[in-house]
Amino acid sequence: MFYSTIGHYSLVLGLCFSLILVYFSIKNFQNSKILNTKILSFTFLQFFLVVISFLCLITSFVLSDFSNETVFNNSHTTKPLFYKIAGTWGNHEGSLLLWLLVLTLFIFIFFLKTKNKPLKYRILTLIFQQIIIIGFFIFLIETSNPFNYLYPIPEEGLGLNPILQDPALAIHPPILYLGYVGSSIIFSSALAATCLNIVSKEWASHIKKWIVVSWVFLTLGILLGSIWAYYELGWGGFWFWDPVENVSLMPWLALTTLLHCILVLEKKQVLTSWVIILSISTFTLSMCGTFLVRSGILNSVHTFANDPERGLFILVFLFSLIFISLFIFFFFHKSSQNIPNSFFWLSKETSIIINNWFMMYFLSVVLIGTIYPIFLEVLSSQKISVGPPFYHKLIIPFLIPFLIAMAIGPKLKWIKSNIEDRVYLILLLVISIILSFLIVKNFDSNFLLNTILVSSALYLFFITLRDFFIKKYSNLSQNIAHFGFSLLILSILFNNLFSSEIVTNLKVGETFENSKTKIVFESIGQKKEKNYESIVTNFIIENSNGVNENLSPELRIYNKPNIVTSEADIKTTLMSDKFIVINIVQNQDYFNVRYQVKPFMLWIWFSVLLISFGGLMSFFKKEYEK
Amino acid sequence: MKILKLFFIIFLIFSFNHLKASNEDMKNKITKNLRCLICQGQSVYDSDSEFAISMKVLIDKKIEEGFSETQIYDFFKEKYGEWILYDPELNKNTYILWLLPILIFLIGGAIISKNFIIKK
Amino acid sequence: MKNKLLLIFITSIFIIIFIFFYKGLQNTNIYTPETKINNKIPLFNGELFYINKTVNSSDLFKSDKFYLLNIWSSWCVPCRQEHSLLMDLSKSKKVELIGINYKDTKVNAKFFLAEFGNPYKKIIFDQNGVNAIEWGAYGVPESFLINDGIIIKRYIGPLNKKLFKEIKSLIK
Repeated sequence: MFYSTIGHYSLVLGLCFSLILVYFSIKNFQNSKILNTKILSFTFLQFFLVVISFLCLITSFVLSDFSNETVFNNSHTTKPLFYKIAGTWGNHEGSLLLWLLVLTLFIFIFFLKTKNKPLKYRILTLIFQQIIIIGFFIFLIETSNPFNYLYPIPEEGLGLNPILQDPALAIHPPILYLGYVGSSIIFSSALAATCLNIVSKEWASHIKKWIVVSWVFLTLGILLGSIWAYYELGWGGFWFWDPVENVSLMPWLALTTLLHCILVLEKKQVLTSWVIILSISTFTLSMCGTFLVRSGILNSVHTFANDPERGLFILVFLFSLIFISLFIFFFFHKSSQNIPNSFFWLSKETSIIINNWFMMYFLSVVLIGTIYPIFLEVLSSQKISVGPPFYHKLIIPFLIPFLIAMAIGPKLKWIKSNIEDRVYLILLLVISIILSFLIVKNFDSNFLLNTILVSSALYLFFITLRDFFIKKYSNLSQNIAHFGFSLLILSILFNNLFSSEIVTNLKVGETFENSKTKIVFESIGQKKEKNYESIVTNFIIENSNGVNENLSPELRIYNKPNIVTSEADIKTTLMSDKFIVINIVQNQDYFNVRYQVKPFMLWIWFSVLLISFGGLMSFFKKEYEK
Repeated sequence: MKILKLFFIIFLIFSFNHLKASNEDMKNKITKNLRCLICQGQSVYDSDSEFAISMKVLIDKKIEEGFSETQIYDFFKEKYGEWILYDPELNKNTYILWLLPILIFLIGGAIISKNFIIKK
Repeated sequence: MKNKLLLIFITSIFIIIFIFFYKGLQNTNIYTPETKINNKIPLFNGELFYINKTVNSSDLFKSDKFYLLNIWSSWCVPCRQEHSLLMDLSKSKKVELIGINYKDTKVNAKFFLAEFGNPYKKIIFDQNGVNAIEWGAYGVPESFLINDGIIIKRYIGPLNKKLFKEIKSLIK
């Protein structure tokens, strides 16, 4: 109870600091020289207050203080300690507190790191960021307070959904938010730079670091979410084009585009308007995503608060930010007229523009696919679903030219280029096509499309690999990132082509056999843990080489909340995963057994890590390049 | 220009993709395209709920009876409405859904080639 | 000038999007498939519960009577709640109850009926749930009020006193 009080009042105090900061900043905007140390201290204090609040919430969870409504709704005394802590941000209210934590942290670090930048720019960024922070403080305190009291104090809590009790999911929100919410600083500083008309090469170099940081965390956050989905949800998939997934993908697409654009702006004073628009859009998409996911307007696997009232607040907040940005862009931005804005068709600038072109297309596909059902329902009361087939049909054909452009683009010079290494480029293309043909020829479905896809991915793969071995490390980060992307596409394609599955019904002691595999349902037993009981089964899988593998999927019956989950057993090796899941069949004494062989799963995760690593390298680029 | 030509070719190739699939493949394709109505965002293929299991049995029957993929989709659409299909059909309700991204792509291309690219 | 026009244009688009989202918030998220009211009943074949005989839908539903088709199973908890109402309904001469026993075993179903009573004139044994799908149902319990070969009303979930009164007034 004590902690809830501190937590709550820290938040209220934090909100007061926001108002103080804004007031001070506006009042002294002209003679801003006095404010330097004061503002830094206040931003730190504001961050510190949110940290205190956050720690209070964690403490309440760890102590199982059920006088706190959020703890009551989301925790239970028998939960392991790690998940009690992670439960803090695994719910609506706690995750909003995490939002505030990242928002205040980033503005504080921004102030620390920009000591040599014009003071007016720093203050304006602060003001814009504070607008966002104030909005979230009000939203939190008024509609989603994590420190509401419950009286009489319940004995026990309702518990956390067991599928959320997973290590990957525990760290997924903090990492994701560092990227997702971190894009707020890009938003604020872009608006500030627009107002002061200092969107220039210097600004680009400076903001690039923030973009990279945000991007790396966002990529890793999405990766963690996919890993969780694969290991925990039991369907063997890692991406479902579910609205919540799309909502994290959209800012990522915008941010990646922005990252590429900022490279151009760093060198030449062009594309300033577009960079500003992208900077605004990234965070807008994050906010829009928050709206879609927390308002109950969309139907999805991910359980989050479903409250139209909260939804209305976020909606109004989101559109206020949009209108403010529109206003500032139109009234303050003066596009540079005298510098030529045209590029030679065969140049690096053009290849980046093509990248933008395709990325915006992909973004529009995901955005329209996610939002369209809402609009249709409002117009005609008709409910339709937009699922994976839609996204695949619209995205996959465009991946082909995109991959090829990724291979050739980096080789072009700035301003003007004729392609060197023509022989190699064509040779590698031919090799890719032949290799692809050999790989794909045994598979009937979609033969032509798959061949072309694999060829283009292989092409990117070989080109980036060759570049790595023959070039000096002048553009290592981009080389690694693009190589990682080719590896990702290849892994996904091969995973799709070479996966196999057996679905059968088996009783204990029974065997399933086909030409390649033998599955023996060897035994069944029981196990009792702290917060669940489980039926543990053991299967022996024998493949065509005679090698045996033991797999033990479980059915877990959790006590609080009372849910039955199916825990897959997954054996991961370098080249493939073996995945087995069992399910109860109503009223029968046999189990439904689903056994899958999924090749290259580890390579999918690894390639995303490689992509993030490549991006991270550009953060340190200055040191080794010069 | 070259890029547009490349595109066009790819589009053509993509549309020539009709190859015979086995019954198992067709069943998988259909079940992946149908929504499990009592789950929160899972396809019939992914789900092991009672409803999904019944659906799979019925789909097996329909395939054996010789129904085509489209006929099976129509059958379920009639029972449950369009919401059960994950692949939105191209009808008057969904023209904008399918065409707007393509339109955006073409508009993007037009803006770029007009404003940014010069040939020497 | 051009700039101002563009600004007005874009602002209007965003206002429209805002209105769409706002209206979208009002819609519920629970999907009830277009309740096929005033649609013909599906043609199907089902296996009778007590006798191992296949029966055709045309045999089950004659044109002049009211029928209540009820999908139930022994493992379904809400089915127990509505069962007493079904027993009451079965006393009425105006409506005939036909049951679809969904994904059940005959042993358990018989136990259920022995304990709670049997309101059904005929029962279809739908072990794999296929008949329920023919009706466009997706769970238990669900009920359909039928007359003259047409579905008049569909009830998803267990019946309660209010719906019971509604049925009674409809069958007059």
